[in-house]
Amino acid sequence: MSVGTDSPERARPEPIQAVPVRHPGRWVAVAVIGVLVAMFVHLLVTNQAFNWSFMVDNMFRPPIMAGVRGSIALLVTSMLIGIVLGVVIAVMRLSENPILRGVSWAYTWFFRAVPRLVLAILFGNLGILWARIEFGLPFDRQIGALFGIQDFEARLFGFSAVDILTGFVAGMLALGLSEAAYMAEIIRAGIQSVDEGQTEAAQALGMTRGQILRRIVLPQAMRVIVPPTGNETIAMLKDTSLVAFVPVSAELFFQLRAVGSRTFQVFPMLVAATIWYLLLSSVLLVGQYYLERHFAKGIGRAGQAKARLRGMAVGGGGVTGGGGGV
Amino acid sequence: MTGVTVPGQAGVPAAESGPMVHAEQVHKSFGSIEVLKGIDLQVRAGEVCCLLGPSGSGKSTFLRCINHLEKINAGWIRVDGELIGYRERGGKLHEMREKEVAAQRRAIGMVFQRFNLFPHKTALENVTEAPLLVRREKRAEVRDRAAALLERVGLGDKLGNYPSQLSGGQQQRVAIARALAMKPKLMLFDEPTSALDPELVGEVLDVMKDLARDGMTMIVVTHEIGFAREVGDSLVFIDGGVVVESGNPREVIANPQHERTKTFLAKVL
Repeated sequence: MSVGTDSPERARPEPIQAVPVRHPGRWVAVAVIGVLVAMFVHLLVTNQAFNWSFMVDNMFRPPIMAGVRGSIALLVTSMLIGIVLGVVIAVMRLSENPILRGVSWAYTWFFRAVPRLVLAILFGNLGILWARIEFGLPFDRQIGALFGIQDFEARLFGFSAVDILTGFVAGMLALGLSEAAYMAEIIRAGIQSVDEGQTEAAQALGMTRGQILRRIVLPQAMRVIVPPTGNETIAMLKDTSLVAFVPVSAELFFQLRAVGSRTFQVFPMLVAATIWYLLLSSVLLVGQYYLERHFAKGIGRAGQAKARLRGMAVGGGGVTGGGGGV
Repeated sequence: MTGVTVPGQAGVPAAESGPMVHAEQVHKSFGSIEVLKGIDLQVRAGEVCCLLGPSGSGKSTFLRCINHLEKINAGWIRVDGELIGYRERGGKLHEMREKEVAAQRRAIGMVFQRFNLFPHKTALENVTEAPLLVRREKRAEVRDRAAALLERVGLGDKLGNYPSQLSGGQQQRVAIARALAMKPKLMLFDEPTSALDPELVGEVLDVMKDLARDGMTMIVVTHEIGFAREVGDSLVFIDGGVVVESGNPREVIANPQHERTKTFLAKVL
């Protein structure tokens, strides 16, 4: 069979010159959207209630910047608690020990059932239960009474509950513990998404369960874990506004609202809040992009493209076998 | 899980300088289904033993019992004189801790049908991972040995490639190098060429032949009759969870004694 690429009688045919399909719908959509955008811009510019100059003058004032820092600190610490505890709870949930499994289930059940707002207020009021929180031998008084010692106390250290459990720590615990329940489910799904054969291969090489989890399973699970964790982080950024009810005052939304109600310029400060949250979530999105790219290593197109480049740089073609498959 | 019955209780023979792998009366059930119904097997050091049998016959399950990926319900398996998965103390068997089982597995390499390479690591990292993590060897030494092993399986130019950029045959050769990096005294192959395109089978079998020539003790679950005939020192035909027939591969293949062996060979030859 001859392939007639170079035979003179079979010249290359004319490029196709067809009338392209028209898309009148697109033009209608552009017109409609154009009008709507124009109306919106008109509203932003002409409506005096926005009071832009006031907003710009006030949205970067020191107490509000302190609020931004407070919100970010709360976001970082509560997500850290959420992720670390979430891994622990997810591993417990997947363990062979039925007691650990039960505890993990109960934890997830409780913290997913109670709204974060309720948790925030509840943690803010835990000081009602105890004046001081102390660490030491449990049931020390009761044990002392059993042996006939009055007021036996075996406590190592303690602190005033009202000092610690109001404000930032209470808010951080409420958000972090609640987040751990959600993160546990995300991480469990990630771990279970990794092929069983990976664990078997690692076992066959003599790795222990901890090593397999750390080095083989979790890195692969990250691909499944990172996108919903990005979601959770953005949700958490918004939920930091709930700690105003603990109450915590070093928090973005509380500070913006305080300015608004003090100056009777409520609406501009709400717009300022919108802009601040948009800005902060955009930063988080960028972070998520890089994380996802990192954990896609070796899997899917991104990894392949990168390695193809490396392969070209080395100048190595496939000597054995038939080049890259898949 | 539930009480391992030891044949004759005190009947577990003492460690001896006998065969590399010695299995007696191995039983294994999944739920109510008994997959292995008393398998006996002896493999000498340096021997290549091929396990043949129809799918579902229990040959892969038996292979997985040898490195304790599956817990057996009765009988015993020794590798190089060491009882697998259990310790004998005062005439009683004690289940090994996870760490002890892991330590036993270091000396037993395993190659899987579906390769099971770590997709997030390059070919080189796949090979270096276990020696670095499990044997805690020096990085430079491990790297050199891994590169040499990959060179040996014909992948000296693919060190930096991820598994997804390698063909099936190349992946399986990386998997063999990965197992060899742990310096095993025994290699288990679970249908190593069954997931490969026909044109890629040869390159994997060549590596295995090379390994056999080097004197590695190998147990190979396979459908490659040609490989069994050419490289195998012994052939064990398993069906329905029992050893139906065993012996010299060339004799068994040329002149099977048992009816089931005959029908099986007639189908695959």
